[in-house]
Amino acid sequence: MSDLRDLYQEVILDHSKAPRNFGVLKGATHSAEGYNPLCGDRLELYLVLEGDKVTDAGFKGDGCAISTASASLMTEILKGMTRADAEAMFAAMHTVLTGEGEVPEGVDIGKLAVFEGVRAYPMRVKCATLAWHTMRNAIQEKAEEVATTE
Amino acid sequence: MSGATARTPAHALDIERIRADFPILNQDINSHPLVFLDNAASSQKPRSVIDAISSYYQRDHANVHRGVHTLSQRATDAYEAARSKLAGFLGATSDKEVVFTRGTTEAINLVAYSFVEPRVGKGDEILITTMEHHSNIVPWQLLCERTGAVLKVAPINDDGEIKLDEMFAMIGPRTKFVSVVHLSNALGTINPVRRIADAAHAAGAFVLVDGAQSAPRMRINVAALGADFFALSGHKTYAPTGIGVLWGKAELFDEMRPYQGGGEMILSVTFEKTVFNEVPAKFEAGTPHIAGAIGFGAAVDYIESIGIDAIEAHEHDLLLYAADRLPEIAGLRIIGCAREKAGVHSFVLDGIHPHDVGTILDNEGVAIRTGHHCAQPVMQRFGIAATVRASFGLYNTRAEVDRLVAGLGKVREIFG
Repeated sequence: MSDLRDLYQEVILDHSKAPRNFGVLKGATHSAEGYNPLCGDRLELYLVLEGDKVTDAGFKGDGCAISTASASLMTEILKGMTRADAEAMFAAMHTVLTGEGEVPEGVDIGKLAVFEGVRAYPMRVKCATLAWHTMRNAIQEKAEEVATTE
Repeated sequence: MSGATARTPAHALDIERIRADFPILNQDINSHPLVFLDNAASSQKPRSVIDAISSYYQRDHANVHRGVHTLSQRATDAYEAARSKLAGFLGATSDKEVVFTRGTTEAINLVAYSFVEPRVGKGDEILITTMEHHSNIVPWQLLCERTGAVLKVAPINDDGEIKLDEMFAMIGPRTKFVSVVHLSNALGTINPVRRIADAAHAAGAFVLVDGAQSAPRMRINVAALGADFFALSGHKTYAPTGIGVLWGKAELFDEMRPYQGGGEMILSVTFEKTVFNEVPAKFEAGTPHIAGAIGFGAAVDYIESIGIDAIEAHEHDLLLYAADRLPEIAGLRIIGCAREKAGVHSFVLDGIHPHDVGTILDNEGVAIRTGHHCAQPVMQRFGIAATVRASFGLYNTRAEVDRLVAGLGKVREIFG
């Protein structure tokens, strides 16, 4: 097994202890709920979309370091993205976490590279993907569906 | 390190010999010797159990209660011998009081369907407690949906003990059935099931005791417990998965309707009329898990060769030792501080999610359980989403508790 420091990188620990964009986002135009039945992690995601563009993002929830950091970093990175950008980043994140497929052309994963260490811990991949599945439901306006990582 | 580490408890089992009986323990996980502290989820199997299953398949296998040939006779004898061993283990008065099931869950579902359902109607009450495992909640919810009965839930206090006065006040003329866990898998609480059974019986209600966690670590005598039904699982009791037992009073079994229909559970079948077999066959439709039952019998032999009282004392020592050492970790809070406790410590660490604790401990070779332990109402009661749970078995040692504590120290190192 890899060094634990590959999993719990400084950026992840920092975002898990002091999550950014945490709390109910007033004026959200889109929102969705995520739930991981395996571990009980819950997440509420809020987005402000102006036209096709995400102008603000926030979340609330209770989860492990990986899931909290994933949601925190995601809300940072989403701001300024179009729906298509967000979908491309969703696909890129899948590649980061599983090593399967290719990062879509033109996508810069930037800080999300810190999640590459999760790959060595298959039981924890779902912790990192919960926020992203929830985001997808929000932008696809499937707020009535609770996103799961299945 | 605590000074207690070096002390050997007076009742000491020959722990090295016992550990040698469990082949799985002899391995490294992530470059550390395995420390298995997830026994409440499922315990490991001694070689004698593994050998009994293997030997059965290599020498004695055929279907039971069917053929006139030698192998069928051997398989039947071994299967029925296992039933006798379980009857003895539970203090049952007759082998007919022991029904093999897939596990505790199926045993509870069987009682709900075959015994309770025909006895309840709209407005009748089923009473459980806040600390039940989902397997002792959901079957009753389904029953209530089918019958219009009402599920009542007795509260627990901050230490994780049933509020008995409130529970007794909830038992009344509408109470038809009380189903209660003997030893909580999420809190380690030992419940006073005798007093609960007496109160239920005084009101004319019947009682099931969920013994999934108590059977592996406490002496069980069903008569002394005062229950009408007692359910346990093989795989938590050093036996294989997929096998369990429902003990029930013979006179209640006799009057109950079958659970599933099929072969084995009938005396005669025509298209006009089917005559059901006697208990326990009436509740064992289809070819049973013969090897599982034989393995369960071998596990009972193993437990009895060591002595359940010695096992109980050994685990109690580990529980106290861990209760002493765990608070050395900053911000650690034990969930469940009942006066009567066994086998299990659930705890949380301030600001650190149990899943992160679980991953780091696994990296140190220490297997514990994290999550809600199939007892979400307990988590809700304590306002938490999940806990870390260390649960002991007869092969665990104080040195392994030390490894757990050292691993938790590492968690603190990483998370600060």
